[in-house]
Amino acid sequence: MEIINEFKLEFLSKSNNEAFARVVAAAFVSQLDPTLEEVADIKTAVSEAVTNAIIHGYEGKKGTIKMSCTLYESSVDIEITDEGRGIEDVEIARQPMFTSKPDLERSGMGFTIMESFMDKLEIISEIGKGTTVKMSKTFGAQKK
Amino acid sequence: MVLKVKFSNKGNTLIASIIGEMDHHTADYIRDKIDGEMIKSSSKNIVFDFSKVGFMDSSGIGLVMGRYKNISKLNGKTAIIKANEQVRRIFEMSGVVKLVPIYDNIDEAIRS
Repeated sequence: MEIINEFKLEFLSKSNNEAFARVVAAAFVSQLDPTLEEVADIKTAVSEAVTNAIIHGYEGKKGTIKMSCTLYESSVDIEITDEGRGIEDVEIARQPMFTSKPDLERSGMGFTIMESFMDKLEIISEIGKGTTVKMSKTFGAQKK
Repeated sequence: MVLKVKFSNKGNTLIASIIGEMDHHTADYIRDKIDGEMIKSSSKNIVFDFSKVGFMDSSGIGLVMGRYKNISKLNGKTAIIKANEQVRRIFEMSGVVKLVPIYDNIDEAIRS
């Protein structure tokens, strides 16, 4: 697949960057003329991934989050990486309603939402090294 | 702050109208506002008006479920009105709607 466009971005693990990251991703994919629903899906998935990096990866401490977006003719790959604590068991973390921080009123739906709003979700994590979330979405799937 | 909440009362129901985008960053602020208002007012039930929420991620689930848990202990009811398609999908996916129903308007919510 030929790459049409690409960006790489680094920002601090501050919660007001959740909105920044999803707006950047939405603006970038708009080049492919997606539907409003597709844009909303991307914004939601990015928001979940960045929130996870802040709350779980860095546990509220200062760190750097990297985000990259690669556009193809009718699809996008998005990668969000932190160098935080890592996930002990990715399979368990992916389960709906699982949360490692029940006291924070988190729903445990982050990965479930990423999975169902995007077409592909891959989570690479190592304890003490960090986590990378790779997501892809193909546009125009519903248009026919 | 890109998020605001306005309160009004109808009978013994507190209506919390949320304006803006709801994520982890803004949810803490809204939670404190709503909990403060619930303590101040003598309302038994709460209705979340989502008509002016353009975006919400899973932080909204935590916010609504947290209020539901508190209010149902005191036999109060929780409902959501006027959620857009994106917001509705997140609530439906999480199963929240089984406990906190979504209605089209305030009258429908209060009747139930």
